[in-house]
Amino acid sequence: MKQVTERPESSSEGRSAESAAGAGPVPAGTQTGNGRTTGPGTDPAAAGGGTAKPSLDTPPVFEIENLNVRYGDKLAVHDVSFGIEERRITALIGASGCGKSTFIRSLNRMNDLIPSATVDGSVRYHGQDLYASEVDAVLVRKRIGMVFQKPNPFPKSIYDNIAFGPRVLGMDGDMDEIVERALRRGALWDEVKDRLKTNAFGMSGGQQQRLCIARALATDPDVILMDEPASALDPISTGRIEDLMFELKERVSIVIVTHNMQQAARVSDMTAFFTVVVDEASGHRHGEVVEYDETEKVFTNPSDERTEAYVTGRVG
Amino acid sequence: MEAASDPPGGGPRPNLTRVRTPRSVGESAIKVLLFVAALISVATTVGIVVSLAAETIEFFSQVGIFEYLLGTKWTPLAGGDQKSFGVLPLISGTLYLTALGLIVAVPLGLGSAVYLAEYASPRARRVIKPVLELLAGIPTIVLGYFALTFITPVLLQGILGIEVQIFNALSAGLALGVLILPVVATLADDSLRAVPASLREGAFGLGASKPQVVLRVVFPAALSGIVAGLVLAASRAIGETVVVLVAGGASANLGIDPRESFQNMAAFIAQTARGDIAAQSVEFLTIFAVGTTLFVMTLILNAISIRFVRRFQQVYE
Amino acid sequence: MSVAEAPVARAVVRGASSGARVREILFPAALLMCIAFAMLALVVLLVDVAVDGIPVLSADFLTRFPSQIFPERSGIQSALVGTLLLMAVCAVFIVPVGTATAIYLEEYADNNRWWNRLIEVNIQNLAAVPSIVYGILGLAFLVRGPLELGRVVLAGALTLGLLVLPVVIIVGREAIRAVPSSIREGSMALGATQWQTIWKQILPGALPGIATGVILALSRAIGETAPLIVVGAAAFARFNPNDLTNDPFSALPIQILAWVQDPQDEFRALAAGAILVLLFLLLLMNAGAIYLRNRFEQKW
Repeated sequence: MKQVTERPESSSEGRSAESAAGAGPVPAGTQTGNGRTTGPGTDPAAAGGGTAKPSLDTPPVFEIENLNVRYGDKLAVHDVSFGIEERRITALIGASGCGKSTFIRSLNRMNDLIPSATVDGSVRYHGQDLYASEVDAVLVRKRIGMVFQKPNPFPKSIYDNIAFGPRVLGMDGDMDEIVERALRRGALWDEVKDRLKTNAFGMSGGQQQRLCIARALATDPDVILMDEPASALDPISTGRIEDLMFELKERVSIVIVTHNMQQAARVSDMTAFFTVVVDEASGHRHGEVVEYDETEKVFTNPSDERTEAYVTGRVG
Repeated sequence: MEAASDPPGGGPRPNLTRVRTPRSVGESAIKVLLFVAALISVATTVGIVVSLAAETIEFFSQVGIFEYLLGTKWTPLAGGDQKSFGVLPLISGTLYLTALGLIVAVPLGLGSAVYLAEYASPRARRVIKPVLELLAGIPTIVLGYFALTFITPVLLQGILGIEVQIFNALSAGLALGVLILPVVATLADDSLRAVPASLREGAFGLGASKPQVVLRVVFPAALSGIVAGLVLAASRAIGETVVVLVAGGASANLGIDPRESFQNMAAFIAQTARGDIAAQSVEFLTIFAVGTTLFVMTLILNAISIRFVRRFQQVYE
Repeated sequence: MSVAEAPVARAVVRGASSGARVREILFPAALLMCIAFAMLALVVLLVDVAVDGIPVLSADFLTRFPSQIFPERSGIQSALVGTLLLMAVCAVFIVPVGTATAIYLEEYADNNRWWNRLIEVNIQNLAAVPSIVYGILGLAFLVRGPLELGRVVLAGALTLGLLVLPVVIIVGREAIRAVPSSIREGSMALGATQWQTIWKQILPGALPGIATGVILALSRAIGETAPLIVVGAAAFARFNPNDLTNDPFSALPIQILAWVQDPQDEFRALAAGAILVLLFLLLLMNAGAIYLRNRFEQKW
């Protein structure tokens, strides 16, 4: 189903050697075929694709190159290329229907669940193409957690919600400890420690969403993708989730889709602005990345007028 | 787990390569197993077709196909020269009994459905729906008993004073009507309720009265779904065995007098299968020939019904 | 508007509205009559059966074996045992096969593949095949033919199982579909495999619905007469089947049919008694289904 236009880039021996090398800054494997590093900084190819260049000096966790996502034969996201940095909060903003959600779901292969979705181009995660044929989507999702727009706790107890991930992944260790640690990291422990065995459906919406974040943290992911995590919540709950994101970014990279520009400006280090492009010939609409840069720059001094129009509230 | 313990500044390259673990092999095995289970239903159809076709071909090697399809006398179980294999009386009997059932079930079923969908309060629905479900769940042997011990002697001969035979089409037809009434009502109710409220509101906004809205706007809008339900109900009646076996009698009748005894195809099959007949005899083979005829008829009806349902879905989805 | 015209106009308006008002009352009244008839039919049927059947009900009626000669010494033990065995074996067959098919079609099948569409259309068609035709299938393939089981419980139960399998599949699919996709996504996003997601999240959520479907299917199977006639269930069995693959068997609908067709009134009363037992079993199953639905149904 998935069409992957990716050349085999490194042998498996090379891969294990890199793993053994441990925590090098950018593994050699991220060197792409045309000889450039796809880390942030200088990327003429990406700029040509309508994408600005990021500038913070951290290694990339994702390098996205010429990514197209289609549903059936309908293009949803067109030619996206940029790098997402480690241990930062990267916000994806833009009007409805511009492909933000489709894009974020391609970062942990959640789009696999939609039978008609096809992806081409490449998404490299720590240098490894997520859509290479030998990659196991289950292992991908194990490392890249996701929080959805609407809180989606399982119809089980709070405890079992947290323990589900560690259990299915066969994590060893004391489950009570794992659950407590995840709930503490999710800033929920004090509120729920006395009712761990009660059904998660009895929690408030904000608590449910923090439970979902804690649930994602329980499997110790490296990245958390958040698809409008606060859009269904009140301002107080939203504030708590934003605080939580600041705490989390010390250890995980966060990518967040948001409609709320204040939120993007408040929480994120980097911002990518998506826009809807209408194909003149066919009339089809798809999303593209117009600008990607430091959040401050995007909001105060955008280089594209469409970004400026959006962030100043003239459109969208 | 490792990712969390790594120091900041770039983790090791994660290994995402698919490996064959017992778990991944299990995943594939489960998928195959589920697929095999799904194939059982296909195998059932193949089994039905094969079991019918093999013996039907054998039947037609002994009885001419035109004699079967065009003959007007059906006495396959009779002895010697009296044997005749014209299936027309069975087919007409089947259709006749079905028509009687529909005459009862269509107006009553549709009336019930319109009341349920357009007039009944939520509380009334909560009472009426289970009654219809209960009626739909009555085993057909019970309806057969009801036809034979109540409809014929008490209702027809007693209250209405009609001189019917003990086994007669009228009684079996009424019982068939009761049998398919819930089918008609339930499916029509579903179709009526699927009509968007905006359509009703639009008509009311033009000053139409409730009966006008129901009859001229909602009912036509739901028509293809309703027809699909009627076709399905008809195919239930066509294939019904026991009601006809018990109340309709055992004569293949080409006539139209509802006071006489009529038999349908399914009841003939049951009656013959119960009898003491030798396997592979021509009497035995008639079971399969008639079975094929019945199967083809219901298949055609079902195809028609599915077509109507498709059209219905296109309108509102 | 002139003074002279006003009363005329008022009369017209009143005339139209009173006619419409009559229609607005008569129309629903006529509709209500339709429902009243359906309810009346049910009530008369139940009363008819109860009046004939209650006098023969007794503990002996349940434990005696049927007789063709002495109605007063007749009972339904072999038929009741046969029916219970048929239902048990039928359930053992339809629960795994029906659930597995429903899971396959909802969770795995790619509808762009022709074989998956074939399976789906096929199940729709099977649901409309007359039960007597399943009897022919059972006769040709299970009783005789390839499996050659003979006229035994296993053959009868499998025939009934194939007959009601579409019910289990269709209701099971609805139950699985009712589990919101957010649960599926939440589970997959945590790194659960597809089967882990199905087994630990979707099936527990769909279980009440699936169980309801199974009960619905069994309550259809328990009253089926036609396929058992063709498969060769026996009326007036003088003993219970000791095993599923060797002994002849009877069943309640078959025994009822045999008594109904006896012209003697005493035997007809026995049929009514057996019908009451059958209806009681049906009631029990439906109560079970309602209980399951109310007690365990997941509100999403």
